[in-house]
Amino acid sequence: MRIVVDYDLCESNAICMQIAPDVFEVRDDDFLYVLNETPGEDRRAVMDEAAQRCPKQAIRVED
Amino acid sequence: MPVRDSVTIVGASLAGLRAAETLRRDGFEGRLTLIGDEPHVPYDRPPLSKQLLAGDWDVDRISLSQPERMAGLDLDLRLGQRATALDVPAHTVDIEGVAEGYDGLLIATGARCRTLPGTEGIAGVHTLRTLDDGIAIRDALRSGSRRVVVVGAGFIGAEVAATALGYGLPVTLVEALPVPMGRVLGDTVGDVVAGVHVDNGMDLRCGVGVDEVCGTDRVESVRLSDGAVVEADLVVVGIGVVPNTEWLQGSGLTVDDGVLCDETCLAAPDVTAAGDVARWPNPRYGEVMRVEHWDNAVEQGAHAARRLMLSDEEAEPFSPVPWFWSDQYDRKVQMAGRPRADDEVSVVDGSFEERRFTAIYGRDGRLTAVFGMNRPRQVMQYRGLLERGASWSEALEFARDQT
Ligand SMILES: Cc1cc2nc3c(=O)[nH]c(=O)nc-3n(C[C@H](O)[C@H](O)[C@H](O)COP(=O)(O)OP(=O)(O)OC[C@H]3O[C@@H](n4cnc5c(N)ncnc54)[C@H](O)[C@@H]3O)c2cc1C
Ligand code: SF4
Repeated sequence: MRIVVDYDLCESNAICMQIAPDVFEVRDDDFLYVLNETPGEDRRAVMDEAAQRCPKQAIRVED
Repeated sequence: MPVRDSVTIVGASLAGLRAAETLRRDGFEGRLTLIGDEPHVPYDRPPLSKQLLAGDWDVDRISLSQPERMAGLDLDLRLGQRATALDVPAHTVDIEGVAEGYDGLLIATGARCRTLPGTEGIAGVHTLRTLDDGIAIRDALRSGSRRVVVVGAGFIGAEVAATALGYGLPVTLVEALPVPMGRVLGDTVGDVVAGVHVDNGMDLRCGVGVDEVCGTDRVESVRLSDGAVVEADLVVVGIGVVPNTEWLQGSGLTVDDGVLCDETCLAAPDVTAAGDVARWPNPRYGEVMRVEHWDNAVEQGAHAARRLMLSDEEAEPFSPVPWFWSDQYDRKVQMAGRPRADDEVSVVDGSFEERRFTAIYGRDGRLTAVFGMNRPRQVMQYRGLLERGASWSEALEFARDQT
């Protein structure tokens, strides 16, 4: 599983960070950083949830 | 926990799809039916007034899920089909006139646009709710529209007007209130929003209504309540929405500006509702509310789906802090909370002049809301404080620590 963020769409509102702070971090510079682009398979449900709750549809979970 | 073999979701849009995804994620293996009267696979509405209208995005970019993901949900997906009646005691829903049984039913039929009386049948007058609406307005903007009037400077009207200006057309934005969104944002912040429109070349007319949309078969002009006549060959009306509840007549559900639910989103035994169509008492505010925001459709869709799988004892109230965003020109606006127009307002970073700031709202010693212009991260931080029920002084202290 690979997490891909479209940074042109992302507006750094940190909703994904509330769901999975070990994977997504919006820092003081107002940019989103993906801390782990290949989380383990056990995290799939959480990653799907982050993708579905991102208001900008900026997160893709690829197989 | 109630045993369920089948769940039917009516309304195949944001709340309905997110509800279906939640059920599968939580391990529901029964039959899952998703019914929607639009012909399209579930798509996202916010881009309709933004990227799609601007012509930056094609239709295929606004889908709410990827085809593989949709297939993985193993849905009985019925697009282009309408639910026409509900019988709560019998546990049946009529789809295109044919009764079908369900164990659990989730109502997510959303809302549709209010129209201006007397404009039916006049070509060139539009509302914007569906993909088809969005394409029609985009095509009008692309193919030689010369003058645009937008009625209503709420979020959607303001976005449409801003996007139309991007086509290089003269645009008049008409708002009945003295200050755009004044009822939500208060006059101080509303004035800043008005300023952004004017900076960008908008002909903004506040405090006036529309008396008449003139033209026999095509729109020619709009006559305002102050007597002014504005020429227009494209008019977009954004004056609010009405919930889609007609099909529930005679169902026994209480319908009053939406489907009335209890605190847990339950409307009747084995029936829940979510999104723009649902009205429920939010215990956080002690107020019955219906929220027309994207995030609420997602959160309530998930909550109402889970509610169907819980007993009355297990069920929990739905008590969100409402939150929305709006993108106008190059400004990203966000607000969380539930302010009143006369709340105290304090700018905690940035400034109105820069058009980049965070403002917090308070009343009776409590933080009630936060508004940000190009400050998404900060809005979410204060949203965290709102969720904790922070006091006004706590919020000010938090603001001091940030600088
Ligand atoms: C142009 C536009 C821009 C927006 N921008 C923003 C924004 O920037 N930020 C924000 O927070 N929110 C925004 N919103 C609001 C957000 O899109 C809505 O809150 C959200 O779509 C609500 O989702 P829903 O699923 O509850 O209802 P809807 O999206 O209205 O979906 C309901 C679905 O049910 C179908 N339906 C109705 N009756 C029946 C029936 N009897 N049988 C079968 N199907 C039926 C409808 O056709 C529709 O497809 C915007 C909305 C619009 C229209
Ligand atoms: S939720 Fe979406 S828009 Fe928000 S920070 Fe994460 S990726 Fe960006």
